[in-house]
Amino acid sequence: MRFELRETRSTALIIGAPVMAIIAALVLAGGLIALAGASVIEAYRFILLGAFGTRSSIAETLTRATPLILTGLAAAVAFRARLWNIGGEGQLLLGAIGVAAVGAELTAGLPSAFAIPILFVVGAFGGMALMLVSLGLRQVFKVDEVVSTLLLNFVALLFVSMMVEGALRDPLAFGWPQSVPVADNATLPRLMERTRLHAGLIVALLLALVIYLIQARTIFGLQSKAAGFNAGAARFAGVPLGRTLVLVACISGGLAGLAGAIQVMGVRGHVTTDISPGFGYSGIVIAMLANLNPLGVIAAACFTAIMFIGADGMSRAVGVPSFIADVTVALSLLTMLVALFFTQYRVRW
Amino acid sequence: MEMIAILGSQGLWEAVLRIATPLIFGTLGALLCERAGVLNLGIEGIMAFGALIGWLAVFNGTGLWTGLLVAALSGAVFGLLHAVLTVPLGLSQHVTGLGITLFASSLAYFIFRLSVPLAASPPTVRPFQPVELGLIGDIPFLGPVLSSQTAPTYLAFAIALVLMYVLFRTPLGLAIRMTGENPHAAEAQGVNPVRVRFACIMVGSAMMAMGGAFLTLSAFNSFFPTMIQGRGWVCIALVVFASWRPGWALTGALLFALVDAYQLRLQSVLEDSIPYQLFLMAPYIAAIAVLAVTARRARVPQALMKPYRRGER
Repeated sequence: MRFELRETRSTALIIGAPVMAIIAALVLAGGLIALAGASVIEAYRFILLGAFGTRSSIAETLTRATPLILTGLAAAVAFRARLWNIGGEGQLLLGAIGVAAVGAELTAGLPSAFAIPILFVVGAFGGMALMLVSLGLRQVFKVDEVVSTLLLNFVALLFVSMMVEGALRDPLAFGWPQSVPVADNATLPRLMERTRLHAGLIVALLLALVIYLIQARTIFGLQSKAAGFNAGAARFAGVPLGRTLVLVACISGGLAGLAGAIQVMGVRGHVTTDISPGFGYSGIVIAMLANLNPLGVIAAACFTAIMFIGADGMSRAVGVPSFIADVTVALSLLTMLVALFFTQYRVRW
Repeated sequence: MEMIAILGSQGLWEAVLRIATPLIFGTLGALLCERAGVLNLGIEGIMAFGALIGWLAVFNGTGLWTGLLVAALSGAVFGLLHAVLTVPLGLSQHVTGLGITLFASSLAYFIFRLSVPLAASPPTVRPFQPVELGLIGDIPFLGPVLSSQTAPTYLAFAIALVLMYVLFRTPLGLAIRMTGENPHAAEAQGVNPVRVRFACIMVGSAMMAMGGAFLTLSAFNSFFPTMIQGRGWVCIALVVFASWRPGWALTGALLFALVDAYQLRLQSVLEDSIPYQLFLMAPYIAAIAVLAVTARRARVPQALMKPYRRGER
């Protein structure tokens, strides 16, 4: 048996691959559900009900998808240039704590039209700063950015913990370690009444579109792709590699930081150390499921959000641990990698 | 003054050996994979799964050594998965490894929740007990430090010695190193690079899982999610620090454990003036700093992260 490079790839294959990958992951996770002693069909029915069953569950699913779109974009932008940013989690946390630091007092008197964009920028800068540390370590000291971004995730979490127990602690929180709340004028407007769905979703969708256009239509988009495909050839063709990577790192870290900012301003109102249930790590899976396509990220983020929100409801109904959502999402990354392989190669016997 | 007095305390050096053990297992495992040319970022998840499954086996009545063996086998299975995806299929080793980490750790949490009902305090097992050393235990200072260690710690040191010998003194080691440097040359010498990589990834992953199991079967006596705390990523950094040499891996793990044990004790001395989180950051920052110093000089196996396809350059 050997693998042969395909010369052409049909559209059906490219669209079919992620669908097949997700089906395969769901089937494999079904095995685990059966192992847990529940009916597989029933469990998946409850997952769908939990994610779509009512108006508020749909809103909750979209609310969950919002930060995931942003962290997914963060990973997709970086991976495209072969910049392995695995630090979305830490960058998100720094974005969140940045907003808490500035949003409580400094922007308190401003009208929302100013306060909200300022805090978006602050959050993005938080994530950017952390990513630039890793890029600097890579460019100057040849430190693999995978390891540095992963390790900095833990540093960022400890930093947030230090802030919410120290300088930014809310004195009115009855000793609970949480940051001071952001001011009302910096809270994102609601999209649906009596739900948590907020305007951050629109920001995330717009950014996905903008990044799609940047990648497809601008010189920088082409340069970042070239830097990823073959850095040597790109340099030879006159691509300013250093500058391109800095820009990619800024966009990637900025998007992750923005996810944190939006989560604080739209959902939580304040920062705690558990503000992100692994949004940064899920972003990596989402980027791969989308095959690094910014518009695909939207669909992949929705799939992931459906699994997580649905699994909570399913867990309550049939008693299968809700960790099944994490398992399914991780499995879908592995099956997607295999599916992508078969869009590039065919098997010859 | 107290800061220096800590260095002379027996408790510190007992902790160093205890903290170093999972790192030695993990670093040696990662080193073996990378010597054969494959980066295994599945380490963090494989350690988590090893920690869970080893503990679960003992919790359900098997012996401690059986638990360790079960963990090793589970590691080998995840290693096999990583090998299938990265060797014949040649998929991105970065992304596949992260996928294995996410899969193995979430599967561990899933199985834990399934088999152990929610409780205020997690159930415990009776962990490995310190080994009686007889006369050696009477040596001043060194004796008590060694007498407080459990058998898996000695196993970790033994594995380091064996790996040193195998890699640099046997034909098998030559085949492994050749596969990591130039698989085409290895193939020309009659070595099957695919087989070598499969074997190294599986054995290396088994070691990682044993490192995880040490946490639940010796260092602590129960399992809880997120207990690995980035130890796997630290191991990946230590491999670079060690420049892919087992002896240096051992040294690196001990040095790192010294930093960790020292900051833990320093916390209690300085807790009023400095937030404890800064101390907890120290090990991670130390790992990054060490990389910044050593990464440039490190001698990377030349075929690391390059998939091997017969007859393809």
